Amino acid sequence: MVSLIFQAPWYHIILEVILLIWVIWLLRKKKKSESTKIVLTKDEEEEIIKAWKPQPLVEDDPSAEEPYYSSLWTTVEGRPGKYLQVEGVKYLNMATHNYLGFVDEESMIDEAESCIRKYGVGSCGPRGFYGTFDVHIKLEEAIAEFMNLEETALYSYGFATIASAIPSYAKNGDIVFADELVNFSIQKGLQASRSTIKYFKHNDCEDLERLLDEQLKQDLKNPKKAKTQKRFCVVEGIYAKTGAMCPLVGINQLCLKHKVRLFVDESISFGVLGDTGRGITEHLGVPVKDLDFISGTMEYAFASYGGFVVGSSYVVDHQRISGLGYCFSASLPPMLAGAGLHALNLIRENPSYITELQDNCRYLHKVLSKLNGFHLDGHELSPLKFISLIQSTGSRQIDHKILDSIILFVKDNYQIALTQPALLENEEYRLPPACIRLSVNRLLTKEEMESVAHALQSASLLFELYETES
Amino acid sequence: MDYNSGFCGSDCVINRNRTLVNGYCKSPKGQNGTSKASGVSNLQTGFNHHYDLTNGHSFGPNGRALGTRSPKNAIQKRLQKNGSKKKTSLTEVQHLVPVTYDSFYKDENGKPIPRKRKPKSSVNESFEQCSLLDALYTYLCYSFLVIVGYVNDLLRPRDSTEKFRSGYTTLYASFESFYTRHVYRRVRNLWNIPVASVPGEYITLVDRVTQDNGWTFEFTGKFNECINLGSYNYLGFAENSGACSQAAILACKQNGIATCVSRLELGTAAYHHELEQLVARFVGTEDAITCGMGFATNTLNIPSILCKGCLVISDEKNHASIILGLRLSGATIRVFKHNNMISLEKRLREGIINGQPRTHLPWKKVFIVCEGVYSMEGSIARLPEIIELKKKYGAYIYLDEAHSIGAIGENGRGAVDYFGLNPSDIDILMGTFTKSFGSAGGYIAGSYELIEMLRHRSHANYYGTAMASPIARQIIASMKIIMGEDGTDDGIKRVSRLKHNSRYFRQKLMQMGFIVYGNEDSPVVPVALYMPSKITYVISEMIKRGVATVGVGFPATPLVQGRARFCISASHTKEMLDKALGIMDEIGNHIWIKGSKLPLKSTEEIVYEVSDAEEDLANEVD
Repeated sequence: MVSLIFQAPWYHIILEVILLIWVIWLLRKKKKSESTKIVLTKDEEEEIIKAWKPQPLVEDDPSAEEPYYSSLWTTVEGRPGKYLQVEGVKYLNMATHNYLGFVDEESMIDEAESCIRKYGVGSCGPRGFYGTFDVHIKLEEAIAEFMNLEETALYSYGFATIASAIPSYAKNGDIVFADELVNFSIQKGLQASRSTIKYFKHNDCEDLERLLDEQLKQDLKNPKKAKTQKRFCVVEGIYAKTGAMCPLVGINQLCLKHKVRLFVDESISFGVLGDTGRGITEHLGVPVKDLDFISGTMEYAFASYGGFVVGSSYVVDHQRISGLGYCFSASLPPMLAGAGLHALNLIRENPSYITELQDNCRYLHKVLSKLNGFHLDGHELSPLKFISLIQSTGSRQIDHKILDSIILFVKDNYQIALTQPALLENEEYRLPPACIRLSVNRLLTKEEMESVAHALQSASLLFELYETES
Repeated sequence: MDYNSGFCGSDCVINRNRTLVNGYCKSPKGQNGTSKASGVSNLQTGFNHHYDLTNGHSFGPNGRALGTRSPKNAIQKRLQKNGSKKKTSLTEVQHLVPVTYDSFYKDENGKPIPRKRKPKSSVNESFEQCSLLDALYTYLCYSFLVIVGYVNDLLRPRDSTEKFRSGYTTLYASFESFYTRHVYRRVRNLWNIPVASVPGEYITLVDRVTQDNGWTFEFTGKFNECINLGSYNYLGFAENSGACSQAAILACKQNGIATCVSRLELGTAAYHHELEQLVARFVGTEDAITCGMGFATNTLNIPSILCKGCLVISDEKNHASIILGLRLSGATIRVFKHNNMISLEKRLREGIINGQPRTHLPWKKVFIVCEGVYSMEGSIARLPEIIELKKKYGAYIYLDEAHSIGAIGENGRGAVDYFGLNPSDIDILMGTFTKSFGSAGGYIAGSYELIEMLRHRSHANYYGTAMASPIARQIIASMKIIMGEDGTDDGIKRVSRLKHNSRYFRQKLMQMGFIVYGNEDSPVVPVALYMPSKITYVISEMIKRGVATVGVGFPATPLVQGRARFCISASHTKEMLDKALGIMDEIGNHIWIKGSKLPLKSTEEIVYEVSDAEEDLANEVD
């Protein structure tokens, strides 16, 4: 070892010595810079701790900003089906998302009951740890088969579905293009993904194209980054906040052209659109294989609980290990999975349910579009109709109050239950105008829909929402 | 307040006020400095902290002194205590400091429920370190799997590639997919096993086989009936007959299955109010709010409570839902070592002294976020000390009782009840109904103002679909049973049976020499196995012999902390537990997993206690 040093050439030794000196210098320099850091004495620390006063847990009184919906309806009694009962009075239900009328379907209750008798109520575990029941697997297979796709991942709560699905693919550094009026669940998913989010104008393909072209220019500048960066586009089939239908054909073409992966949330449109209820892809004739996944909820048309993500095995299987709401949550109670499966079977066996619902959607759209004093939003096939004041007062709060008075008037005089959509106005990315949301039920008759329109018309007369000729 | 940590041995027998009895009353003050330093450096050393609730100061025993006390001796003492209560000597009684028997829980008429027993005053937990040899073997095992995986990839093109997506960026990171293909796939048959029955004390597993090494499965049409040590059915309310499921069926008929709408848009029904009031009374707070999914209770409510400019000191083993909720809230998150009070205090001090990053502005609020029972570690949060720290530094506590509500405490009311603390000292109490209540969903309980604020701002209240009526009715029915408001003592029996079952099972495993993690009273009993091959062997062998249990390995745990986890239920009988223990014993001898080096080698038979009656009497003498 020692002899080796002597054998080495002299310049080598000099270099080594210089290196050694440099290392020591570096180490000492680091120490020096550390010492410049302010070191507090114990007493000073205590002083700071004493001086710090936390804000109260609840800073302000939220009831001061009394929301617009709180006082209108108290608790709902009985079964919230086509009619719902509040304080002993029966109202025609135009508020809940019971599109196919499955809340009133007795066979759903029977199915749930038989599931409780077999499995009990809760699942008592996440999917990985004895929380996968045979009925979950049956439901997953049935949805995949129904959508003509390979695999389904079943979530235990509608909200958690796409909110967990997006961040399992989109990560920090990726880019997500999303419609500016996507629902809150998607917004939370985007936030959790920590990706760069680029919102395009509501249902505006040209705006999306503009964003994609901009991105293309950036990619040409930095092709290395572009190679590793994932791109996604998130849209809804029918928008929960506006009732508008997504121009999926155009968006799909843009996505294919720019190699952007496309996620479609069909919370509203699943079981509603298309000849057999397969959703927007069936309605617009978009091949399902062009999309990366379709997500949906069973809490609306299916009148059960939970959500699902359906797509190719390559895509969906990944969620079983990385979807937070899938892995770390208790699985869907088997009785609710059983009810969901039964609802799916009902749709498959009775395609007429879908056409009946669509007829009702069209009819309600027709009667509502004739109203004076209101502006109607939403596609004619959408089960959600949004009516807002034709002339806004300019203040959202006052608009809400006027709409509330209309709801109250319709409630008292026509026994119709309406609601404004509950939105966290400070947290939403974009807000639709203040509006009343009407949802269509397959079981509604034409007369009932006419009576709703009539009630709203007389309300608008009463509140002088438009200028009459006299 | 002083902290005493160190290797105290893992005394499996509950030693309520034993330290006082044995005469190590007060810790010498000079020790504090040294014990603090050792506590920081030891991440998962066993803690043994003895705490008195009335005086607000603690009695820290000398860790070494406790360690030397032989467990055998402790068991003998315990047996003596049970056998002849009158032996409690006068001197012991004199040493005892009066302990509050206050109960913070009220019955239907608003009268306080008398507390029968002294609240828990010490935390007895153990986390035995992985030995060097075991760690080495484990690393070897994983690296072997990885090497085989790479060779596999080289020799054979990938088995799963994406269709219709040529030219796109790969959807997920290559290591993630590599790990799934080569490591997870090999053990996949032991997870996600389909169940075809109620997840009660027995569980029926659907038999399946794989012809292609875990890529796909086929059902054989056969079923395996196993003792269920895998489900979180702590109080045994996963039942398909009886009062709870009857209530759920009735609710289906009356209120339908679904509400189809969120709480604020005509989704609120009478049973929601009933449930919320009951929960508030159960956990001893002013008010409560419920949510349709346990996971979402955390992720959708935390962002309304916390905001940017808040500091969160979060336990490193906190559940994914809490972490996600905190991330969504925009608050600054700092992590403290699992259940380590010294680390927590250090983080609190650092945080308050330095203020917000860059600007050094003072924090708006500081939160301590922890869980009651940690589902993977089997440990119980050191709440008395956390409350002490909270008061000292002006922080707020967010306690997730997902696994502790119903499962621990004299009245089955969670970690707060376990330590006999005042629920109002915990600012935000969160819990789920999935586990002990055999249902679904979660709650947040706290002061009127807090809950009122959440009703106005919670994401779940605005966008989450309201809880289904059968789900709510199951919770109401089971909670009333636990509270004894069904007119029987079934609930309290379940609570005490769970306690005895958990202790019996844990003590037996420790006696056999297994490395058991966690608190003596926790119904979650993790057994360290370390190597992925051993985990798979134990789980598959247990299932083969009729015991269903759960194995957890990397990435759910650190690489060298792979484990099997048993979840004890009140519905297990001694025979079932004995059968599982017998099998575990055989397997343990076969593959050498009884590696515990703790000084606990008692040959005496561990007694399966039948009721709490004897203990009550013993306490009355105290």
